Amino acid sequence: MTRIFVPRDVVALALGANKVAAAILENAKARGADVTIVRNGSRGMFFLEPLIEVETPAGRIAYGPVSAQDVSSLFDAGFLNGGAHALRIGRPEEHPYLKRQTRLTFARCGITDPLSLDDYAAHEGWLGLKRAIEIGSAAIVEEITKSGLRGRGGAAFPTGIKWKTVADTKADRKYVVCNADEGDSGTFADRMVLEDDPFMLIEGMTISAIAVGASKGYVYCRSEYPHAVKAFNAALDLARAAGYLGKDILGSGHAFDIELRVGAGAYVCGEETALLESLEGGRGMVRAKPPLPAIHGLFQRPTVINNVLSFAAAPFILAHGAKAYADFGMGRSRGTMPLQLAGNIRYGGLFETAFGLTLGEIVEDIGGGTASGRPVRAVQCGGPLGAYFPPALFETPFDYEAFAAKDGLIGHGGIVVFDDTVDMMAMARFAMEFCAIESCGKCTPCRIGSTRGQEVIDKIFDGVDVDANISLLEDLCQTMKFGSLCALGGFAPYPVMSALRHYPEDFRPRTAAVAAE
Amino acid sequence: MPAVFDAQRAKDIIDAHLALEGPLLPILHAFVEEFGFVDDAAVPQIADALNITRAEVHGVLTFYHDFRREPAGRHILKICRAEACQARGCESVADHCLADLGVDWHGTTADGAITVEPVYCLGLCANGPSALFDDEPIAELTADKLVGVIEEADAA
Repeated sequence: MTRIFVPRDVVALALGANKVAAAILENAKARGADVTIVRNGSRGMFFLEPLIEVETPAGRIAYGPVSAQDVSSLFDAGFLNGGAHALRIGRPEEHPYLKRQTRLTFARCGITDPLSLDDYAAHEGWLGLKRAIEIGSAAIVEEITKSGLRGRGGAAFPTGIKWKTVADTKADRKYVVCNADEGDSGTFADRMVLEDDPFMLIEGMTISAIAVGASKGYVYCRSEYPHAVKAFNAALDLARAAGYLGKDILGSGHAFDIELRVGAGAYVCGEETALLESLEGGRGMVRAKPPLPAIHGLFQRPTVINNVLSFAAAPFILAHGAKAYADFGMGRSRGTMPLQLAGNIRYGGLFETAFGLTLGEIVEDIGGGTASGRPVRAVQCGGPLGAYFPPALFETPFDYEAFAAKDGLIGHGGIVVFDDTVDMMAMARFAMEFCAIESCGKCTPCRIGSTRGQEVIDKIFDGVDVDANISLLEDLCQTMKFGSLCALGGFAPYPVMSALRHYPEDFRPRTAAVAAE
Repeated sequence: MPAVFDAQRAKDIIDAHLALEGPLLPILHAFVEEFGFVDDAAVPQIADALNITRAEVHGVLTFYHDFRREPAGRHILKICRAEACQARGCESVADHCLADLGVDWHGTTADGAITVEPVYCLGLCANGPSALFDDEPIAELTADKLVGVIEEADAA
């Protein structure tokens, strides 16, 4: 019997993986071949999806991108034995895109069946949790602190300090909340954890619960990820049945369970206090801080709230020790960051690497430049609230501090590439429009400022007092940046200001040109 | 399949969620799942069961994009308009799709088959433009590809 791996990640599904799986079974039946299909996660090489792999004595051999129409010719070419074919990639781990990565968090991704507890255990699963149970609360917090892990959601707050605050706060009950409201365009790493390695998140949250003494966990996942919701719920059921969640985890005496909650299409709920409001059943309105969620969080109880990737890093850190993680990276940015290469890029996908590569290496070298083949004009880093970087800044190393020094942010690690057809004034307007649509409305700079921002850009477009309106736009951006309650209004000026600074030639009247055409 | 609003069924849904902490969002999701939208008649019913004001329920209901207050078409097509898809030309593809369907954003086709909504990111950002047809993800969306997906759904 030959095992054939066909990914179940939503990218593979969106490119026809289910049809490929059906075609394989149909062909195998007609030809009398004995095959089993394993629905694995994605390797994260989205330019090759659906990327199928065949288990052979020489290891797994990959073919991609495969469509249902290719399946018959793959059988003809003897792909069950790794035969030659135009789509043959060879051993996936030898592919340069994977070979150049440092996969700590995504080590299992694409290799295992995401819903197989056996696969998870066979690939270092639960080692971190077992050690956490052994060493106890204070030592877990110590390990996380020493690893240098900083919140991967975007704010980069030291995770160990957050956990220590919750651990040290007395309360009748505490919570662990996972922010899986991955709303940034150009990001999909959280989604991949939920779909392609969900037990890792369960393990990471459980480690956190033991560290801080929490009994209940919530994962708040956005509704735009229906496949992730299904996959993670299935994983929760399996983990619970096997004793990894419940009243007495692995016989340790610790009680902890996780519930998945689904968002309802509000981007602002990715902001941690808005997320807590939403979990409590309210409008996703941002809370003023302090009090910090670590002290007064969900239902006013001490709450660890971290991004998916922060929790997902914990099992590795506990299993291998803080030093093994901290040895990667540069400066105060320790460990690895799962970069998400997106937009108009030739080799899009997930690329986990130590901090420190330059933006140019990431975009040109790893990403292969644009998919359209045209020159790169702008790269937006860190989601819809992140700055646009022109190729002139490609020397910037990918590191929290280096990006901040260039008035940018690395945020959740999303990198969206645009070619030279992009209209940067339109992108600046879109940033304001998006902020207006998604503002929770609590603070004035964000609620009113974003709408005024669109209007001012429209005036520039129409040629009304262009210079005065550009000054006004800059002034408005300053007000939003310093006067907003949270990062939505506070960071929406980043794409606008960076577009103004680096692409001033795009901020000119258009109506006349349009009329002349 | 969306059903007609039914107060008893609504009560059953509410009751099934009362043991949860912060049950309001799960209840509203369940209403959309069951009836296709949240009927105004449900608002006082939910408020009463959760011991909160109607204004609070209304406030939550109207805050979130997902909680539809009127029936939609039989299928919902969500087309991504976020930056990564814009970089891959989603705006012109979306215009083409909307023109083919004869609707604008948030509109429903004349035969009541499809409602089209904008969405800001589906996590398919390296393979855009992307869309979600009910729960069926679509990468590398083109107007022609959409026609194929719709035909397949009709055939099923």
